[in-house]
Amino acid sequence: MTDPVWPMLLGRFTWDSLPFVRAWHNPTTNELIAAAAGGIVVVSGIAVLVLITVLRRWRWLWTEWLTSLDHKKIGILYIVIALVMLARALVEANLMRLQQAVAVGNPGFVAPEHFAELFSTHGSIMIFFMAMPFLTGLINYLVPLQIGARDVAFPVLNAISLWLTAAGAALMMASLVIGRFSTGGWSGYPPFTEIGFNPGVGPDYWIWAVTLGSLASTMTGINIAVTIYKMRCPGMKLMRMPLFTWTSLCTAILMIFAMPPLTVATALLALDRYLGFHFFTNALGGNMMHYANLFWMFGHPEVYIVILPAFGIYSEVVSTFSSKELYGYKSLVIATMAIAVLSFTVWLHHFFTMGQSASINAAFGIATMAIGVPTGVKIYNWIWTMFRGEVRFTTPMIYALAFMMTFVLGGLTGIILAFPPLDYIVHNTLFLVAHFHNMLIPGTLYGLLAAYTFWFPKVFGYRLDERWGRISCLCWIVGFYLAFMPLYVLGASGMARRTQAVMETAYRPWLYMAEAGALILLCAFAALIVQLWVSIRRRGANDVFVGDPWDGRALEWSVSAPPPEFNFARLPHVDQAHWFYDAKRKYAPYAPPIAYHDIWMLRNSAVAPVIGIASGAATFGLVWHMWWLAIFGLIVIFAAVVARSFVRDTHRVIPASEVARIDESWREATARAQPVPREIETSPANQGLALVRS
Amino acid sequence: MNGNDERRAEVRSYLVGYAGAIVMTGVAFAIVQWPIASPKLTFAAVLTLAFTQIVLQFRCFLHISLRRSARDDLQLILFSTLVVALMVGGTLVILLNLRERMM
Ligand code: HEM
Ligand SMILES: [Cu+2]
Repeated sequence: MTDPVWPMLLGRFTWDSLPFVRAWHNPTTNELIAAAAGGIVVVSGIAVLVLITVLRRWRWLWTEWLTSLDHKKIGILYIVIALVMLARALVEANLMRLQQAVAVGNPGFVAPEHFAELFSTHGSIMIFFMAMPFLTGLINYLVPLQIGARDVAFPVLNAISLWLTAAGAALMMASLVIGRFSTGGWSGYPPFTEIGFNPGVGPDYWIWAVTLGSLASTMTGINIAVTIYKMRCPGMKLMRMPLFTWTSLCTAILMIFAMPPLTVATALLALDRYLGFHFFTNALGGNMMHYANLFWMFGHPEVYIVILPAFGIYSEVVSTFSSKELYGYKSLVIATMAIAVLSFTVWLHHFFTMGQSASINAAFGIATMAIGVPTGVKIYNWIWTMFRGEVRFTTPMIYALAFMMTFVLGGLTGIILAFPPLDYIVHNTLFLVAHFHNMLIPGTLYGLLAAYTFWFPKVFGYRLDERWGRISCLCWIVGFYLAFMPLYVLGASGMARRTQAVMETAYRPWLYMAEAGALILLCAFAALIVQLWVSIRRRGANDVFVGDPWDGRALEWSVSAPPPEFNFARLPHVDQAHWFYDAKRKYAPYAPPIAYHDIWMLRNSAVAPVIGIASGAATFGLVWHMWWLAIFGLIVIFAAVVARSFVRDTHRVIPASEVARIDESWREATARAQPVPREIETSPANQGLALVRS
Repeated sequence: MNGNDERRAEVRSYLVGYAGAIVMTGVAFAIVQWPIASPKLTFAAVLTLAFTQIVLQFRCFLHISLRRSARDDLQLILFSTLVVALMVGGTLVILLNLRERMM
């Protein structure tokens, strides 16, 4: 069972690589869980394929979604990936919590190696395949609309980024069914992940999944930055851009500079593992501190990559649901840029305890605390925005309020960790785990969910169910406090992170509490699914085709919901910030344009799916040492790029008459709609036309 | 300026950049091959030549200038320089410090 089955073809695959076989031979709870997880992946994969076939939707899927270069569809696909991966990572988090709650004074039901796989996949997925695709999807969808453009600067590159991300996510899923994942945590530190200590496929899965994700994010960063610099509509000066676009710009710039160190780190680790190099090994001149340095040179900006877009989202949400202009727009922009620069000056705080002199630790500790200043500025900006505003406690607004309070707590514990002497005491304990979840859950996850609720009507043309939205939101909040506040106590009393079994019985009540919280968080996700289901069922009653359900400010609200493929029948001309908000009050924002013109849009292209599938196959081949597959995949990628360069006929025209037909039918709908006042904006009376009282 | 003049100015800019780049690279190689000054001075000269050539290439090939229309690009270049300096400088500080404490 442990001999390679057919090395020429299948590389180092053995029958034992399959969790089902392992569970058959050794039916412990631990192996059964692994087999069940693999089974779920296989069964749901097959179910999706069968469903598409039965519904005869292959052609539709291929032409409408998979090969589309429309930034809106690419954005939606990113978010679909993120939600699927979120579900998996949440289940894994619950397993870890359950194991620790059970395993006080006994080994529990998850074996140590398996537990290590769980925290490694949970962390890697949450960062690279949940937070990153989710925010990339939002940026993709919203930025062109907010700056008055028809697409991003490089649509083909955009699709390739999506497909590389998808390939990375697929690799993560494959590791559940074939082989095992890395046990090296989300940071994959060598020398533990070197061939000497970890000869199996696990670290290779990690390396290639993360490499694909990081390459995709680098290209996304370039794409978004160029889009924002070069594609703004007439009059959209930088200082007139909505705050979400600003934070997207800073995020994109961070991606451009922060992702390459990660790609380099994983590539060098791959050289060590595949070709016998010694960059990070213990012997022969290797030095793992180079890895720690490179990884965190990426890792710290990364936390701002995942948090800045959320800051933009909260800015839009708070100002919209307070019916007030954002307080201190300029200071928010400056604070965002300050954070972007400062985030490159603090990475050493992730390895305070790894040997530098005290003065260097002190310098980086002070720089770390300095980041608290621009972040604090922002909190005050949001509070002042609400002050004397017409605040409505809709779901996104509740997320924003929960964020403001919870995030400040996390910031405070961050200041504690920024003191090197204190960090020496609590580093590597659950105190740290509590701290970063306290930043990432309110800072990133709540922001992403607020955005999902806020912009859903724009994307699909109907509002989400408000009641289920609030239930879910409440569960995310209560669950968070229950699950993570105990971890501060546990960490401060010395419980190490990544612990599979616990010997100290005094920890038991806190671990039970954390387990209860984790269950509530799972319910929060379930409520989100129910909300989606209920909303789809009642979409007729919650229709907002007119496109402006919340009396929005930026340009994306000035078009129909969902927006037409070309976004704007005529590209807008703006003469101030929040042009649409003021236009609603001063002129007739829904007046038809003087004339319609032909619009050139990109034709579909299969190059991105081909590259995505080929890179997934190539990296899978590398993981399993199926060299033929790796080489074949690389050749296909190269050929696809070359073939694409010969395609001359890349555009198709939407004739002016067609543009006029689409645009006029929407304008007629706006004329027919009943304007809705803010008080009843969450009721079915809301048809997407805001009643304006100037 | 009509289209023709513009074209000519552009070609001239490329030619100037090309010639300048060749000369500076040649000089750098020459002073290493046939030393005329102390190694330290030569090293400084090579660095200066390299830096001047970067500026020249930005100016002639990428059309970066202090003019308003190129201001965005200039800002991006300065920002990139800052970030790269932070990353490289920080790395050197950290790793040299670690090395010192290990020796
Ligand atoms: C929402 C519910 C969540 C729960 C219940 C949860 C739970 C956990 C648990 C139990 C661990 C292992 C702690 C240990 O080392 O003992 C962990 C680690 C981690 N989590 Fe979460 N988590 C959640 C959400 C998130 C989110 C939203 C993110 C990021 C966006 C995230 C990122 C991480 C990372 C990076 C690690 C470290 C993995 C490692 O040790 O290498 N988690 N989480
Ligand atoms: Cu950090």
